[in-house]
Amino acid sequence: MTTTMEPAVTSGIEKKGSGEQPVVGTKSRFGRTTKYIFLILFVIVVMTPVYVLIVTSLKPPADVNPATSWGLPVRWPWEAAAPGGPTGLDNWSAAWTALAPSLGRTFLLAIPAALISSLLGSMNGFVLSRWRFPHADLVFTFILFGMFIPYQAIMTPLVQMKTTLGMPSNISTLLIVHIIYGLPICTLIFRNYYVGIPMELMEASRVDGAGMLRTYASIVLPLSLPGFVVTIIWQFTSAWNDFLFAMFLSDTSGGPVSLALNNLAQGAQLANYGSAMAGALIASLPTLLVYIILGKYFIGGLMSGSVKS
Amino acid sequence: MRKGIKNWGPPLLLIAPTIIILGIFVYGLIAANIQVSTTNRHSLTPATEFVGIDNYIQLLTEDRFLHSLLNLAVFTVVFIAGTMIFGFIWAWMLDKGVNAEGIFRSVYLFPMAISFVASGVVWRWLLNSAEGDRASGLNRIFESMGLGALQNSWWNEPVWGMAAIAMPAIWQLSGYIMALFLAGFRGIPEELREAARMDGASEWKLYRYVVFPQLSPVALSALIIVSHMSLKVFDLIMSITKSIYQTEVPATYMWVTLTSNDYAKSATIATILLVLASVLIIPYLIYTNRSEKETR
Repeated sequence: MTTTMEPAVTSGIEKKGSGEQPVVGTKSRFGRTTKYIFLILFVIVVMTPVYVLIVTSLKPPADVNPATSWGLPVRWPWEAAAPGGPTGLDNWSAAWTALAPSLGRTFLLAIPAALISSLLGSMNGFVLSRWRFPHADLVFTFILFGMFIPYQAIMTPLVQMKTTLGMPSNISTLLIVHIIYGLPICTLIFRNYYVGIPMELMEASRVDGAGMLRTYASIVLPLSLPGFVVTIIWQFTSAWNDFLFAMFLSDTSGGPVSLALNNLAQGAQLANYGSAMAGALIASLPTLLVYIILGKYFIGGLMSGSVKS
Repeated sequence: MRKGIKNWGPPLLLIAPTIIILGIFVYGLIAANIQVSTTNRHSLTPATEFVGIDNYIQLLTEDRFLHSLLNLAVFTVVFIAGTMIFGFIWAWMLDKGVNAEGIFRSVYLFPMAISFVASGVVWRWLLNSAEGDRASGLNRIFESMGLGALQNSWWNEPVWGMAAIAMPAIWQLSGYIMALFLAGFRGIPEELREAARMDGASEWKLYRYVVFPQLSPVALSALIIVSHMSLKVFDLIMSITKSIYQTEVPATYMWVTLTSNDYAKSATIATILLVLASVLIIPYLIYTNRSEKETR
């Protein structure tokens, strides 16, 4: 992987030039201080829901009351409010019990969905970026349109089709669906990515007499790693977080974690928000980890959603 | 440029699977959806007749559907305004040069990585409608800050309740709009700004005549993306309020009709959503296609 590939995935969000440069622009010290105060204030606002999630998930039900609902837990997570009563950690184990089976299923759904759509997307992107066959632009628009439709527009016949074909209400049906509807965005990301690869590389291989498939497999594919990271993250996140297809095409006994979490949360009494909050944290952990570790690529995928790269 | 099948045959073969699959699952199913919407298939029994646009007329004159459209409109306006304002302010502050920019950026953007279902769990708590002594969530904050008058029942309010539902959506997507604007700011050639400064342009004039015009394509993209997301809003509402009349939008109404096997009605709602989305997307696709060709 060469460094010249980088712009295609970072999508112009990084500051120009090298990272560490003297900060210029704001003149007065007062202005600078005000700016940082606002920036930090916004950080606090954005992080507030996370604080609520963590704090509430660690409080035993007996300690949950409106007056102290914003406060830190008053006891350690492993301490019960009354002898023998539930602890804060019990919220977490209840949430784990409720979500564990669906967590495994969601990995089995999201990982293959991400890999397969990415591979197909890379083939399409390669063709659309390099070979000028008649009406190539029309074909591209034809593929792209699928990314912009509200999925409600295909849901009624899709549900009917699933019933007619007797497809199961579990992740195998969802897997097919996520692969299919992930194709447009993966194609788009790869097309924009390949447009950035120097033409000479491929021209050389044509002179060598390598066929198109061989060019793809021996030259293009090895150069594609950054593109794959972007599409795999994108597809993994959207399959993991999907709720619409999960609601219409699967049920809680065979569906993904979003469905199980919703079930846990909707069943929760007002008094036991704790386990719902713990569940929300557990269900968000995989995508959050991806975001924290591979944030740059995550943003690359986001930006490609706006078509223009 | 036609050089025969030897040249364009193989690439076509490579993308043929995708074209066929999308032909069936996007275009074929859209056609099937429209077909169902013109029948009287209101239950599990197969359709018996073609009813033309009767379902559409019925739906567009139905109070319940109009109510869901009104809800969607309120949600959309608040959602767009919120994300555009926060997204722009954040990008603007970060673009002016900030230490630890990456950290601020990552924090503002992180809610995007979380599902609406998970964020619905915590926002349901934050938007708890109890007031006074029983208040928790945001109402409790108002109460303890002596701003008791600001307390309200959030999504339980008629009409403006949808503005409360837009709050979590704003929380999740403002960072995205920030990223778009930030890329827009960074795409403005430094020479342009320098030239304007050399000409003695004030900071305001620099923005008015150099920065804003350069940002307008980005703003347009952002606007289209956000309104498009807004049309489809489903997860958030289901996880905060379930499908109830008060917070009903077309997408949740469609869920209600489809789960009660009224296929014709759910297909009709879906077609209307598709038309609304197309009004946004098709001109946008044409526009980006054209401007991309110009830059090539």
